[in-house]
Amino acid sequence: MVSENDVLHIAKLADIGIAMSELGEFTEQFNAILGYFNILDNLTTDGDFDCPLVNVFREDKVGIPLSQKKALANSHNPENGYIRAPRVI
Amino acid sequence: MSDAYNAFLSDIEIPSSAAGPLAGIRVAVKDNISTKNIPTTCASKMLLGYIPPYDAHAVELLKAAGATIAGKTNMDEFGMGTTTENSAFGPTLNPRDTTRVTGGSSGGSAAVVAAGIVRMALGSDTGGSIRCPASYCGIVGLKPTYGRVSRYGLIAYANSFEQIGPMAANVTDVARLFSVIAGGDHRDSTSVDKPYDFTELHASVEGKIIGIPKEYFGEGIDTNIAKIIETSIDKFEELGAVTLEVSLPSLQYALSAYYITCTCEASSNLGRFDGVRYGPKPEMTNLWHDAYTKIRETGFGPEVRRRILLGTFALSTGYYGKYYVKAQHAKQLIRHDFRRVLTDCDLLAGPTMPGIAPKIGELVDDPLRMYQTDILTIPANIAGIPAISLPCGTFHGMPVGLQLMGKIFGEEVLLNAALAFEEMT
Repeated sequence: MVSENDVLHIAKLADIGIAMSELGEFTEQFNAILGYFNILDNLTTDGDFDCPLVNVFREDKVGIPLSQKKALANSHNPENGYIRAPRVI
Repeated sequence: MSDAYNAFLSDIEIPSSAAGPLAGIRVAVKDNISTKNIPTTCASKMLLGYIPPYDAHAVELLKAAGATIAGKTNMDEFGMGTTTENSAFGPTLNPRDTTRVTGGSSGGSAAVVAAGIVRMALGSDTGGSIRCPASYCGIVGLKPTYGRVSRYGLIAYANSFEQIGPMAANVTDVARLFSVIAGGDHRDSTSVDKPYDFTELHASVEGKIIGIPKEYFGEGIDTNIAKIIETSIDKFEELGAVTLEVSLPSLQYALSAYYITCTCEASSNLGRFDGVRYGPKPEMTNLWHDAYTKIRETGFGPEVRRRILLGTFALSTGYYGKYYVKAQHAKQLIRHDFRRVLTDCDLLAGPTMPGIAPKIGELVDDPLRMYQTDILTIPANIAGIPAISLPCGTFHGMPVGLQLMGKIFGEEVLLNAALAFEEMT
């Protein structure tokens, strides 16, 4: 069972705000969904994955990227060609 | 509402003067597919005002083929939903009965085709998001093989499952649109260069072996729907196909494996939405965690927040092995099961959805019940195989969809069989 405090902890990890008025319902739904997932407890997880992995990296080639102006077009108050973010400390 | 069904989020038209297979044809585009200079919101307040500076690969191909981009269509926020009620801009109404949902998440694309507003539309399918609304609205929708259509410019929700695909009123138009968007693209490292040749489309299913997975007719499937599907499958026998009962026992794990994986991927993919590079402006004087937490609380709807939280939980220390690792093993079992039955069979057939379109509001407060309605579409996404939904009858006046699934890169056989069925019914 996941408690309301667990949900608040996960919300903090994910930077997702939850209103206190939503917390009870979120926790209840969380537990119903996680309860359903318990069917996977019946699975044994011996053996390796057989998904073949292929290297998709290519040689570095200079291409034509988005211009700085276009890359910044959707950001708020860019400064001297940089994106501004909230303060860290 | 910009139209009677709340199907369009933007009705800006971009005509193309190119000569090509789609010249003069209006094609609507789901609002999670980037369109240069046309707002693209993923039906989320988080992307209000975002105007992509580039086109998705599929949109570039539409324009080069002469199509007119007819606008951007409503959807469940970031593709997370089965009814299109999770849109920040209100639900899309089903043109067949406006008290019912269209299905989702490509509900707007299905509605504009079903209502005859456009001839074709692009959707995207992560766990059934093309086939579900196609079934509920009575049109044709194809989820291609994973990798056959480039995802470049598709705003990511769960990369390992999702594909862009065509939706139209009939198989021929679906095949025509598919022939334009299929093929390789170096900007999507999972893309495979397998074009589709529209001139090869012909009605044919004679001699094909069609597997009928018994799990597709089990618990939770409306018996009236099952009966309609069985009658439809009989028609394939009349067309010269052979049917064979098969079993995919690992499907019992499919829903859990899918929802764990997609929420984990969503928790990572949606980390980029913090209001800094696009979206609503964060409070710059607050500490960044506080600023982002507030933006993400108000910018995302409840279902998106729920899925990010579930994914964060399933990836967190102490739970990763119980959920994420188990889900990957379950996915492998499911892929093995499909590979096994598709060695003996050319195609698989069953219902697309367990019932007809629910009433608006019927499922929206019960996320687990909503997830369970995806039980028949999710397996094709896990297996990476192509799957199509075709109208095959009605129940209580609402369309019922027949789902055909094919071998990896087997869209040619799948579309030919679908056309044979369509011509007969």
